[in-house]
Amino acid sequence: MTATAFWLVRLRNLFAVIMLSGIYSLFAAALYLVMDAVDVAFTEAAVGAGISTVLMLGTLSMTTDQEKVHKKVSPFALILVLATGGVLIYGTMDMPRYGDINAPINQHVANRYLEKSAHEVGPPNVVTSVLASYRGYDTLGETAVVFTAAVGVLVIIGRTQNKNMPGSTRARRRREDELDEPVKPEDGARKNEEASSS
Amino acid sequence: MFDWNDASSLLGLLNYWVAIVLMMAGFYTVIAQHNLIKKVVGLNIFQVAVFVFYISMGKVSGGSAPILKDGIELYSNPLPHVLILTAIVVGVATTALALALVVRINHSFGTIEEDEIQTIEHDEEDIA
Amino acid sequence: MMTEKPLLRVVAKLLIPLILLFALYVQFHGDFGPGGGFQAGVIFAVAFILYSLIYGVRVARQAIPASATRSMLAFGVLIYGGTGVVTMLMGGEFLDYNVLAATVHGGQHLGVFLVEFGVGTTVAGAMITIFYTFSGHVNDNLPFRKHNHVVTPSKKGDGH
Repeated sequence: MTATAFWLVRLRNLFAVIMLSGIYSLFAAALYLVMDAVDVAFTEAAVGAGISTVLMLGTLSMTTDQEKVHKKVSPFALILVLATGGVLIYGTMDMPRYGDINAPINQHVANRYLEKSAHEVGPPNVVTSVLASYRGYDTLGETAVVFTAAVGVLVIIGRTQNKNMPGSTRARRRREDELDEPVKPEDGARKNEEASSS
Repeated sequence: MFDWNDASSLLGLLNYWVAIVLMMAGFYTVIAQHNLIKKVVGLNIFQVAVFVFYISMGKVSGGSAPILKDGIELYSNPLPHVLILTAIVVGVATTALALALVVRINHSFGTIEEDEIQTIEHDEEDIA
Repeated sequence: MMTEKPLLRVVAKLLIPLILLFALYVQFHGDFGPGGGFQAGVIFAVAFILYSLIYGVRVARQAIPASATRSMLAFGVLIYGGTGVVTMLMGGEFLDYNVLAATVHGGQHLGVFLVEFGVGTTVAGAMITIFYTFSGHVNDNLPFRKHNHVVTPSKKGDGH
């Protein structure tokens, strides 16, 4: 899984990147299953490997599938990342060990959910009862976020068909510079794709 | 608290380290790559790292999945599962929002490379 | 074009009802096994996305128009919030399901069911709406083209 992640960072072909990110999601789902999180594994497999891949491909079809080549590796970013990672790993030294039942996270409210949810809520799947009943407010908020995100997508690109969209003149002017010929607004996008793929 | 002689206890931290390595891979992608789609993929890697971190904290050795059944005494912690379950779906919705912005940027600037966008904006400021 | 491939079309035709059925199972069996509104919504949306990939977005939009998915989007949140308001009207607190039925278990069960249903509706609506938007044809008023089975300008074929 880690190898997949690093491969992802290095790859230039965006199509391959997206396929790999689907594989990465599937690995994550398998990992969740090993760690007893059946609901989460289920969601990750459906969402990460399914829907996000399709959405990213949709984006790709509207933009370009080849990344511009940058030769230099940014040393500043590398140092920053390594330093942050080092500090974080140092921070884990005091953390409870994997699977420790005495870890603080397993001593708090979770035990109450496990012991009383059959009595107080009913469903045998504790995840469902916590999700919908104990933490109903939380889930209401999450649902609202999903709603807002979908509305946001509609607002941002819901009317791409509109040729008079502000800003498109700027992109057209740029394409004219590249191609040395005037471009009609309608097929501007297509020409740009051709220009970038050749 | 930490006992440097106990090597086997270090192995118990491996789950955190995997999460951190993944997180840093995503972090590097976000700050060092110039391609906007690649940045979104980087954010996804980062996000999954956080998920792995949470889920691995909720695991209890010998525990089973938190679906109540007679005869099973020990369950893993259901709380991180609930939090991450909703976070995954919200995550894909926000990813879609980010991708929509990328499409819109491509429409306006004709490119999804960050440095090219900055050059264009700079040029326009000069003209204006 | 995808749609020229009979194998894909036949397999998709076999699969889609099963996927929808599975989504409903996940939705309503989520109390007992793994599953719930979030997963069910996503799986439900996946069935329609598969349909649009194989048969073209335009045909899919006849099956479930964009206005319907947008209504689903809002309707789910309404069900969720409405459940909370109903519990308030029945004398409880916001999202306190105990008052929904005579017994605590009955009330909780009904409450969880309604809330999960709301979540599933919203998530399915959101995912299909987002997919339709990304496939570039959110405008309901566009006239239908002659070739119904052609995946329209979004170059979905690229990926396969």
